[in-house]
Amino acid sequence: MEAKVFASSQPILSLRGISKYFGGVHALEDVDFDVYPQEIVALVGDNGAGKSTLVKIIAGVHRPTKGHIFFQGQPVEIHSPHDAQALGIEIVYQELALIETRDVPANFFLGREPVKGRLGIFVDRRKMVEDTVRTLRELGIELPYLRSPVRYLSGGQRQALAIGRVMPWGGKIIIMDEPTAALGVKESRRVLDLILRLKEKGCSVIVISHNMRHVFNVADRIVVLRGGRKVGDKKKSETTPDEIVKLIVGADML
Amino acid sequence: MPVLAEERATQVLQKFFVFWDRVGILLAFIVVFIMFGALTPVFFHPINILNVIRQVSIIGVIAVGMTFVILLGGIDLSVGSIVAFTGIIAAGFQVKWGGSLFLSIVVPLLIGGGIGFLNGFISTKGKLHPFIVTLGMMSIFRGATLLVAQGKPISGMSPAFRFIGAGMIGPIPFPVILFLGCVIAAGIVLKRTVFGRYIYAIGGNEEAALLSGIMVERYKISAFTLLGFLSGMSGLILTSRLNSGELVAGQGYELDVIASVVIGGTSLMGGEGGVYGTLIGALLIGVVSNGLNLLGVQPYWQMIVKGIIVIFAVLLDRLKRRFRTT
Repeated sequence: MEAKVFASSQPILSLRGISKYFGGVHALEDVDFDVYPQEIVALVGDNGAGKSTLVKIIAGVHRPTKGHIFFQGQPVEIHSPHDAQALGIEIVYQELALIETRDVPANFFLGREPVKGRLGIFVDRRKMVEDTVRTLRELGIELPYLRSPVRYLSGGQRQALAIGRVMPWGGKIIIMDEPTAALGVKESRRVLDLILRLKEKGCSVIVISHNMRHVFNVADRIVVLRGGRKVGDKKKSETTPDEIVKLIVGADML
Repeated sequence: MPVLAEERATQVLQKFFVFWDRVGILLAFIVVFIMFGALTPVFFHPINILNVIRQVSIIGVIAVGMTFVILLGGIDLSVGSIVAFTGIIAAGFQVKWGGSLFLSIVVPLLIGGGIGFLNGFISTKGKLHPFIVTLGMMSIFRGATLLVAQGKPISGMSPAFRFIGAGMIGPIPFPVILFLGCVIAAGIVLKRTVFGRYIYAIGGNEEAALLSGIMVERYKISAFTLLGFLSGMSGLILTSRLNSGELVAGQGYELDVIASVVIGGTSLMGGEGGVYGTLIGALLIGVVSNGLNLLGVQPYWQMIVKGIIVIFAVLLDRLKRRFRTT
């Protein structure tokens, strides 16, 4: 199934020859990067390898110094996070992007509240609650208190909320930067399940992670960056954690 | 078992704060209200009650606007000076510059809104704490008031203008209607509109609001503008009621206004609270002032008492945060 999807379809997102220089620092150098439909791509590499820079270029936070981006085969320019969202590229900001003092529906719809009435200024609270409940159920996210402030939720529940809320916006590609970094074993498992469920729902996911076990748990393909260059691009079925680690640290270079 | 005892104490405190959030302020108000009634027979007299709520309206209108700004995590110290400046401008149009009723109402409101806009604009675009910006504005517009008035109060308004502060609609003073109208409108805006929800969101976590594409600066400037506008309205009411544009009008109002908001349960950290609490907070401050007056307590003592109440209210908010269930 994986192989079929991989082989038979066009990439939904293609980056070609991407370079990014910050002054004299070459953060990325001539990187090609593809994401296929319904594919989970893990992006791995040491600190400073260029992972965050790469996803920020995809999310419209940075603009590449050189190179081209194609979305569903068409050349595109992503100037801002807003442009990225318009294409269906959503980035999951971690816990820091939740409002602790507000409840779950308020956080779920933050910045995209549905309105009702002719004036278009009144929030449709009922729709917010209903849609939140439905999406959370679809994703299998269980939150005990919908109507109390988010601060009463656990770390894992907050992370699930942060991920779940990008779902209803027709996101085709969802980017996560270390989604399990601050979580315990059980909570990490839940988040990984959630990533798999997003794939079932038709999304592609780009995950940055340092945790090899998590990477091999969910990823279809693993892309390795080192010193701003792509040094590995392997299907999970054709590689091992050992090989990936070697690529990350550069032990193959002899 | 000291650990258990500590846990128990924490639980009791948590329950107390949940309770306090719901009805605490209202209860405190009722207790104070009955206490003053028992101490001074005049207190419950309808004329006195009307007097209290009329006075409360002047502070309260500003406190409604201040609720928005404090919910955003901001503060505005310039409100008293805006009251004085807009008041003197209104008096000027009434007495010196042609006596147009329209101009003497509209121009001060626009000026109030304009000063508020400047407060918001300078603090957001200049990345300055609103505390310092509005402290400067407080001095600037106190000075401007003296300048415009040339050091003398401007007295003698037209009967139509006097209606704003001294008129009655049925048994209810007009300023009270203005005040309650503001409270209800603000309540609806905060609870039900996108604007209101963004005010809470920004106060709760500005960074998150930004990442969600909320135009944080625009909402901050709007809130300050609204507060300036409402301070202008308060300036009109005061000038009308006193029948004079006074040089010292509004002096010390910032304390009463901020006290009303904070006593009403809105957190100085932003993000939590609401305008109905502010209504009760303003009433509480008004009743305390009035009650102490009737008891013949020197005004100096009133200032001391109010200061203590403010510190107490902020302390309570801090404690509330510490003992919150996580």
